[in-house]
Amino acid sequence: MKPSEVNFSYESDNANMDTIYDVIIIGSGPAGLTAALYTTRAALKTLVIAGVKWGGQLMLTTLVENYPGFADGIMGPELMTAMRKQAEHHGAEVINTNFKSADFTSSPAEAGSLHASGQAGLAKPLEITTEDGKVYKSKTIIIATGADTKWLDVPGEKEKIGRGVASCAPCDAAFYKGKRVIVVGGGDSAMEEASVLTKFAQHVWVVHRRDSLKASDIMQKRSFENPKITFIWNSGITEVMGEGKVEQVLLKSNIKNQIAKIQIKDQNEDKEITPEELGGKSLETKDQQLSWQFPIDGIFVAIGHLPNSTLFKGIETDEKGFIKIHDHTKTNLDRVYVAGDVHDNEYKQAVTAAGFGCMAALEVEKYLRVQSETS
Amino acid sequence: MTNNFVTNYNGMSMSTLVALNDADFEQEVLKNPKITLVDFWADWCTPCHMLTPILEEVASEYGDKIKIAKLNVDENAQTPPVYNIMSLPTVILFKEGKPLKTFIGVQGKEEFKKAIDETLGS
Repeated sequence: MKPSEVNFSYESDNANMDTIYDVIIIGSGPAGLTAALYTTRAALKTLVIAGVKWGGQLMLTTLVENYPGFADGIMGPELMTAMRKQAEHHGAEVINTNFKSADFTSSPAEAGSLHASGQAGLAKPLEITTEDGKVYKSKTIIIATGADTKWLDVPGEKEKIGRGVASCAPCDAAFYKGKRVIVVGGGDSAMEEASVLTKFAQHVWVVHRRDSLKASDIMQKRSFENPKITFIWNSGITEVMGEGKVEQVLLKSNIKNQIAKIQIKDQNEDKEITPEELGGKSLETKDQQLSWQFPIDGIFVAIGHLPNSTLFKGIETDEKGFIKIHDHTKTNLDRVYVAGDVHDNEYKQAVTAAGFGCMAALEVEKYLRVQSETS
Repeated sequence: MTNNFVTNYNGMSMSTLVALNDADFEQEVLKNPKITLVDFWADWCTPCHMLTPILEEVASEYGDKIKIAKLNVDENAQTPPVYNIMSLPTVILFKEGKPLKTFIGVQGKEEFKKAIDETLGS
């Protein structure tokens, strides 16, 4: 199915600020929408704050081959649209508005004490503010905000995002027809980006800071065998250069035995060559690292994601920003649950996110049932 | 694959936004005294389809005060390079033919409204 065949239109503002929802789910990737499916089927009044870029990371992919149930794979956007329709079919209200803030610093502390005394039925509703200034109230919250592209954070990068620096090959690859492109990263996402780009680009170089990949075996094998992909190992980009667009990158590569050569894998064969043999230019060797310059038209960054947790006040995270979990799906605060990539730094799959969403929903259901029985 | 609810939702690309092409771009945008937002898009671009209803809402809020138009980059090869379009969707706000602000990627309604209001006020 083509993107044009998916219905992306929606009824705006169908959510009600006077309603006290049983659960508000923030985020609409596999975690959020699976949670919504379960809470609605448990007859809980459910609002999903989906965001303007609803559907999560899978909206930026092509064929998803590792979601169970689809023998030939399924297009990411099609899968997410189906999940959304399924949740809506069972009664979820979904709004395409961005979440703005939630301050849990006061009310959940109260909720915690109320929970202890078994009177959470009287607890003050939790409040969620959206970008349009509206405030929605709920008895419980599931945070399923996922994670966004982690950029390289090197000079010259930020101002060229959308002008040669990109993170979504299925969105932008067509602009790189006949061009020279770098993909940074070594996981499945990087391999997917590289593979999509080979359909358009003259050649794709995968720059990775190690000399082996984290990607799954099947993705590695396909990438190594692709004649249009060359791997540049033990290397990183230190600067993006160009006037208004990407023209060059500076790289640093670890070298072996003082020899100013870079380690590559090309045509499924490991080699050591000089930057010049690759069409670049050596600049300096220092501390077992070779600095060199490489002419390039585009850089696709796939080095991972940063959890979208910064907008929540009062929620504990680890040093990387992933929300800390207690008993699988709970945050440090009563009535606030979490699911998916915003807490999961380990598995990060659509199917695990969906699983976490289901778990959080079941916990919400259990919590509300206990409250109604004891109040 | 056949999927009931998906097939039910076909044919949504009907848009209230003006469709532009290379030939009328100058007349419709550059010579237009009104603030004009041009959405550079393509059929294969999923985020572009997510942006359409957002722009339609903006268009209905402002009515005749502004114009919002779309240019398909696959069907119109001349205009996109003029504005260095390298990523979709890209929306450019024009006033009196000058590109004043560029939005790369899907944005919320509020972002567009802020830029439009600032430009209307200036």
